[in-house]
Amino acid sequence: MTADHHHPAELAPVEARVAAIESVLIEKGIVDPSALDAIVQHFEDNLGPMNGAKVVARAWTDPAYKERLLADGTAAIAELGFEGPEGDLMVVVENTPDVHNLVVCTLCSCYPWPTLGLPPKWYKAPAYRSRAVREPRTLLAEMGTVVPADVEIRVWDSSAEARYLVLPMRPDATAEMSEEQLAGIVTRDSMIGVQRL
Amino acid sequence: MTGEPLDEASLPRDNGELVFDAPWQARALAIAVALTEKLGLPWDAFRLRLMDEIANDPQRPYYESWGTALESMVIDLDLTTPAALDAAAPTERAPL
Repeated sequence: MTADHHHPAELAPVEARVAAIESVLIEKGIVDPSALDAIVQHFEDNLGPMNGAKVVARAWTDPAYKERLLADGTAAIAELGFEGPEGDLMVVVENTPDVHNLVVCTLCSCYPWPTLGLPPKWYKAPAYRSRAVREPRTLLAEMGTVVPADVEIRVWDSSAEARYLVLPMRPDATAEMSEEQLAGIVTRDSMIGVQRL
Repeated sequence: MTGEPLDEASLPRDNGELVFDAPWQARALAIAVALTEKLGLPWDAFRLRLMDEIANDPQRPYYESWGTALESMVIDLDLTTPAALDAAAPTERAPL
């Protein structure tokens, strides 16, 4: 957002290509511009880690919900109204004192849109995609998360068959917090597994 | 939002981090979503192409792979031709 910000008339080849695809599809009546605006707006307003945080907070406060969530992630998440593209086949993996879970997509950028929104840049980067599998403990330490040596790290490769969401451990000293307050402390990174709350 | 151009301030931010580097990336995402919905295709119809494009050139910026996957999809679906896209490509960006 630096150089092109100051030279708004310059158009990268890929940008021109996408604009051409858009105008051709609009001309053919296959997509309409207001629908495209609405989709972008939907991603901005309705999809994001605040949804996943609500799922986590519910699981922390409602044992029966947590049981359903771990048994059938897609259905339990849909109970809260979060579903849609990239939200099928959700698998929720629970952190415990003995196990820390980490999610990656080694082949592309599979990511649960309804609960986390769009993936951050580092999630799509080749370095994260390869190192999360090869040396997760070192990678996590570099990202500021030290996982104790006696805690096993399990790495989950998101794919067409499954999208993973980490259920972090509820931090100590949160007994007095309401479900809504709890949702406020759940971060995106903790649900990917690159952070411990 | 409808009918108004995207500007930098309207780009999604995620934990303070921009999800898109530029508005065209948001458009590219929306086109892929709208196209699969309109044609009743599973999202995988696009995603598998994206995966192939990333594998073909792992160091290429993510949304360039996305744009290439989108182009291959619209051409394979006979919605347009490379020549028609050449003709439709703007030479400069519409003013924001």
